[in-house]
Amino acid sequence: MTQTHSDYRLSQLDQLEAESIHIFREVAAEFEKPVLMFSGGKDSIVMLRLAEKAFYPAKIPFSILQVDTGLDFPEVMETRDRWVERLGINLVVASIDDAIKNGIIPDAAKISRNRLQIPTLLNAIEENGFTAAFGGGRRDEEKARAKERVYSHRDEFGQWDPKNQRPELWSLYNGRLHEGEHMRIFPISNWTELDVWDYIGREGIEIPSIYFSHQRRVFVRDGMLMSETPLNPTRDGEVVEERTVRFRTCGDITLTGCVESTASTIDEIIEEVAVARKTERGATRGDDRFSEAAMEDRKKEGYF
Amino acid sequence: MATTDMDLLRFATAGSVDDGKSTLIGRLLLDSKAIFEDQLEAVEATSEAKGYDYTDLALLTDGLRSEREQGITIDVAYRYFATPNRKFIIADTPGHVQYTRNMVTGASTADLGLVLVDARQGLTEQSRRHAVILSLLRVPHLVLAVNKMDLVDFDQEVFDKIHRDFTQFATKLNVPDLEVIPISALQGDNVVTRSDNMPWYSGPTLMHHLEHVHVASDRDLIDARFPVQYVVRPKSDEFHDYRGYAGQVAGGVLKPGDEVVVLPSGMTSKISKIDLFDKEITEAFPPMSVTVHLEDDVDVSRGDMIARVNNAPTPSQDIDAMVCWMTTAPLQPRQKLAIKHTTRTGRALVKDIAYRLDVNTLHRDQDTKELAVNEIGRVTLRTTVPLLVDPYSKNRTTGSFILIDEATGVTVGAGMING
Repeated sequence: MTQTHSDYRLSQLDQLEAESIHIFREVAAEFEKPVLMFSGGKDSIVMLRLAEKAFYPAKIPFSILQVDTGLDFPEVMETRDRWVERLGINLVVASIDDAIKNGIIPDAAKISRNRLQIPTLLNAIEENGFTAAFGGGRRDEEKARAKERVYSHRDEFGQWDPKNQRPELWSLYNGRLHEGEHMRIFPISNWTELDVWDYIGREGIEIPSIYFSHQRRVFVRDGMLMSETPLNPTRDGEVVEERTVRFRTCGDITLTGCVESTASTIDEIIEEVAVARKTERGATRGDDRFSEAAMEDRKKEGYF
Repeated sequence: MATTDMDLLRFATAGSVDDGKSTLIGRLLLDSKAIFEDQLEAVEATSEAKGYDYTDLALLTDGLRSEREQGITIDVAYRYFATPNRKFIIADTPGHVQYTRNMVTGASTADLGLVLVDARQGLTEQSRRHAVILSLLRVPHLVLAVNKMDLVDFDQEVFDKIHRDFTQFATKLNVPDLEVIPISALQGDNVVTRSDNMPWYSGPTLMHHLEHVHVASDRDLIDARFPVQYVVRPKSDEFHDYRGYAGQVAGGVLKPGDEVVVLPSGMTSKISKIDLFDKEITEAFPPMSVTVHLEDDVDVSRGDMIARVNNAPTPSQDIDAMVCWMTTAPLQPRQKLAIKHTTRTGRALVKDIAYRLDVNTLHRDQDTKELAVNEIGRVTLRTTVPLLVDPYSKNRTTGSFILIDEATGVTVGAGMING
């Protein structure tokens, strides 16, 4: 048997873990058909680990849902497949290409794939009858998220009404829904970027290799380092060169920038994060840069 | 120290921009390096665009578009920062009376409450109200930060008078631990670094107090309470007979071998083992999320509570509680609502509203017929199922509940059980 702490002290990371596990169990108990939204990024991997612990030795009692933008990093997909295999969990893929083919969303070349994720996701939630969808959003990420509840209500159009949120007290979560509505659940709301990294390090769990330092052919666009890929042709004046980089977030390959870094272990990443002077989204996410309220606007429409 | 070893302090702040609350939070975040360059740049750009000649740190915390447009905080915002030994979660709440429900929400999970007063104004109705709400929510530690000391020439007499006034007022409240600190959030006096301007003050700086206030002993480690959340039954070949009761420890220390009672059935058994993921542990205590196994094959399901045979909560269908009402349509006798208490959900009938508490004066208005939004009153309820309750003063988890409007599904009330 393992001896626990003799002074009944629980570190902040253990407290966060306990809170998140509580949320997973609460949702599994109270919702008819939950699903975990899995992007393959570090936050959704931490969610999977927490879900694994919450129900062990039983399997995770819900599916995971991934929106396939067609623009995902191959390394991220490989990691996803290994996690799915190890946990024996059911994977639902909602593909933007299929949604366009089936006429669910318009084939508008001018609309970014990031925006098209929203109707694709909402359609998948509706079609599968999911009543609760776990997301890896953290309140330290962005100020619209700083005010979002752990249980975040979505109306029948999948929309979030930030001015009309339910009060959330103690650890008493209210999961009441009407027909057609669903709940977004953010079990790692209170985790910071550093907590996520410390947890990945402590648990020794697999994350996509693009988080670690590697050589990559990149070019500068809007002040960010973007990957060279046929999916994202260079424009006039953009010069491709090889640099030593890593990614701080995993998103759409055409919008997600990397940073120059030699951090090749979790410890080195933690060291780097601890002294970082820019938020992970501000530094490397084109999708959050359009306006001060970019995230709030997308969230209202039904974004993750 | 890695975050894996740090401890945690959740604290709630209340106040408006006028009190210097945003400046204070901005300073705590800046000095602990929790604000990033791009966040600061965005705030600087917005301040400039609005024609301010200073950086409005309130823009950092006011997250929603409508809040920025109106220049007020209307909702609870959560902020994070850390010092080498401790991580802090701030529940930043608005100060005006029409947002009492948001303050109650922020205070519900707080270990410490921070009340700000403007040294020039002394104690106001607002600062008294904040202290009353924190005390009702049983936030165990209270800090009164006397701000803007620079504007009263760092005068000890001004501080002493506010200190005296508040200490006297606090005798009417439940404030187990009070610290009164003279600060200037704008200039940084006694926030993180000790002030040279107030040699007469020998107490801690605000940051020092936040870093060192002892919160571990606030938990109840005596009265074992384990609300069952979820029954784990793998039904796999490897774990064919596995049947565990998953939940988060709400009080006391659970150990294998403990004689326990399952409520409300009253069946008794012994704890055979306690699992934390794939490991067996010898003790479980709050707020651990664990899986408990019993020796006997007793009927246990979600909503039940595991407690010690000689120390168990009282199953009751008659609930006497302080209720904060949170929706526009008033709370009235005869009203029927859904109630959620720990992992147990039922329905409740409002039997009586004994009085409305004036949170500014502590006056009890017994002639009241209803509770309006943001009002707090003493309410009795009759529930369809027995709830396994403790007084809120003994246990904030087993002593609290929420009320839900069955038609809209919205959380409309928050209750703290008397006793």
